[in-house]
Amino acid sequence: MHMADALLSPAVGGAMWAGSLGTIIYCAKKLREKMDDKLIPLMGVLGAFIFAGQMINFTIPMTGSSGHIGGGMLLAILVGPYAAFLVIASVLIIQALFFADGGLLALGANIWNLGIYPAFIGYPLIYRFIVRQNASPQRITFAAILSVAVGLQLGALSVVLETKLSGITELPLSTFLVLMQPIHLAIGLIEGFATAGIVIYVRTLRPDIVDDLEGVKSLSPGASLKKVLVAMAVLAVITGGVFSWFASTRPDGLEWSIEKIYGKPEVPQRANQITENLSKFQEKTAILPDYSLPSKGEEDTKPSWPAVDPGTSLSGLIGGIMVLTLVVLFGIGIKVLRKHKEKM
Amino acid sequence: MTFDLEFFNLGYLDTLSNKDTLVHRIDPRIKIIVSFIFILFVVSFQKYQISSLMPFFLYPVFLLTAGDIPFKAIAKKVIVVSPFALFIGIFNPIFDTNVILTPFGIPVSGGWLSFFSIIIKFVLTVSTAILLIAVTSFPGICEALERMKVPKIFVIQLLFLYRYLFVLLDEALRMVRAREARSFGSRGKEIRTFIRLISVLLIRSVERAERIYRAMLSRGFRGEIRVLRRLHLRYFDIVFAAVSITMFYILRNYDAVDLIGATLNRLLR
Repeated sequence: MHMADALLSPAVGGAMWAGSLGTIIYCAKKLREKMDDKLIPLMGVLGAFIFAGQMINFTIPMTGSSGHIGGGMLLAILVGPYAAFLVIASVLIIQALFFADGGLLALGANIWNLGIYPAFIGYPLIYRFIVRQNASPQRITFAAILSVAVGLQLGALSVVLETKLSGITELPLSTFLVLMQPIHLAIGLIEGFATAGIVIYVRTLRPDIVDDLEGVKSLSPGASLKKVLVAMAVLAVITGGVFSWFASTRPDGLEWSIEKIYGKPEVPQRANQITENLSKFQEKTAILPDYSLPSKGEEDTKPSWPAVDPGTSLSGLIGGIMVLTLVVLFGIGIKVLRKHKEKM
Repeated sequence: MTFDLEFFNLGYLDTLSNKDTLVHRIDPRIKIIVSFIFILFVVSFQKYQISSLMPFFLYPVFLLTAGDIPFKAIAKKVIVVSPFALFIGIFNPIFDTNVILTPFGIPVSGGWLSFFSIIIKFVLTVSTAILLIAVTSFPGICEALERMKVPKIFVIQLLFLYRYLFVLLDEALRMVRAREARSFGSRGKEIRTFIRLISVLLIRSVERAERIYRAMLSRGFRGEIRVLRRLHLRYFDIVFAAVSITMFYILRNYDAVDLIGATLNRLLR
C-alpha cells in the first residue's frame, strides 16, 4: 500500500512530508533526552533485519498466495515508539531510493501512513494497554492482532484520503474505501498473528532480549502519553467527520459519487497571461490564422474544458513527439560528448 | 528466484553510485534538492495534461546519460516496481468517460487522458528516484542529510542500516535457500515455519548489534560518531541547480510542446 508520487498533489505531498519530518525530529529529540548508546547500532541492525525479513515469505493461509511482514508493530514492541518510528522511516527511505517504492514526494506520506499509526497509536494505546508484565501468549496474540489491524486500517484510510485530496483519481470515495479497507483488515490479521508469534517465540528462546529491550523502551514518561492522547483525539474527530460524511452519502452510494464528479466538471486550464499573449501573437503571425480548425461557435456551447479543440490536440501530439525526439537526441548528444572527453 | 535478483540489484545500484562522472561529482545536497523540486513540478501538472509533461524527461535523461548509467538497469526497475499507482489509475477510464479529445476522429475520454498522465508522472518520478541513488552514493546522501540539519541520531542509524543491510540480506538469503532445499511444494512455507525462521533471524540480528556495540565501545565510542566532512559547494553545483530549476519553471509555465507542435503544424500546412 505504498503511496506513489503520481497519485499525489504537491500540497498533500508537502503536508505529509512536513508531518513526517516533524515527527522524526521530535522522536530524535526524545531519544537524545534519555539516550542509551546501545540503541544506535541496535536500531540500524533492526532496520536491516526488517528488510531481510521481508525477503522471507510465507504462504498466506487459505489463499495460496504468499506474503511478508511489514514489521512496524514488531519494531515498536522491541524498541519502543520513538526508536521504532525512526527505524520505519529509515526502511522506507531505502525502499524509496533503491526499490523506487512510491518515490521521493510520496515518502513523506508513506512514513506517516506506515510509521505514525503503529508507533503512536497501535503500540502505546492498544498493545501496551493490553500487554503488561508477564502477559500470557494469548494476551500477546490478542493485543498484537488488534493493534496491528487498527494501525493498518488507519494507514489504509490515510492512503485513501491522501489520494482523494490530491484529486488525481476518479474513484468514488466509497468504492475506494471498499477496495482498500477489507484487504488491509485481512493483511492486518495475518501480520498481527505473525508479529505475536515472533514475540512469543523470541521470548521462549531468549527471554533476556525481550526483557532487555523492554528496559530500553521504557522511555516514554507520562507527559508524552498525554500528547499522544491529544493527537489521538484530533485524529478521532477528523476520521469521525470523514465517516459521517461517508455515511451521509451512503444512500445513493456509487451514483452519488459519480454525479458529484460530473456535476462539477473540473476546469484544469491555467489562466496564464503569458500563454495567452503568446497564443495571440501566434494567431497574428499565423500563416493559416484558424489553424485550430473552424469552430462554428462551438466555444459557447461547450464550456466543459477550454483547451479542447482538435487543432490544439493535434499540435499537442506533434509537439509531444517532437519534444521526446529532442530529449532522446539530447541524451545521445551527452553520451557522445562524454565518450569524446574520455578519449582525450 | 526473485530474491537473488532483488538483492543483486541493490548491490548493483551501489556499484553504479561509485562511478566518477560529472553528475556523480555534484554535491549530494544539490542533487537531492533539485530532484525534489523536479518531482514537485511534475506532480503539479493537472490531471489531463500529458504532452506538456514530455519536456520534463530532460532531467532523468540528463542524469542517465551524463551519469553513465545503463538505460536497461533503470528501465527494468521502473517497469517492475509499485503497481499501486497503476492499480488506482486504471479506474479513471472506467469512471471518467467524458469524451474531451477527438484526435483523428477517435474519441478519447478524460479517464484515459488522466490515466496516461498518471503513468507518465509515475515514470518521471520513479526513474528520478532511482537515478538519484545511482548517481549519488547512499553514504553521500546520508552526509547531505546530516548537513541539511536532519537529526544526527537518525542519520547515524540510517548509515548503520545501510551497512548491515547487505550482511543481513545475505543471512536471510541463506536461510531461504536452506528452507527451499528442505521443502516440497508449498510445504515448509507455512506461517509456523516462517515465524521460527524470522525469530531466529531476529535473535541473530540483535546478537550482532550487541557485538557491534561492544566493538564500537572498545574503539572509543561515546554516543557520537564523527564523520569526515567532505562536502563543499562548488561553482558548478550552484550553476547546475540554478539552470535546472529555471528550466523546470519555464517548462511548467510556458507550454513548449504546444508551441513547437503549433509551429510545426503550421509549417506542414
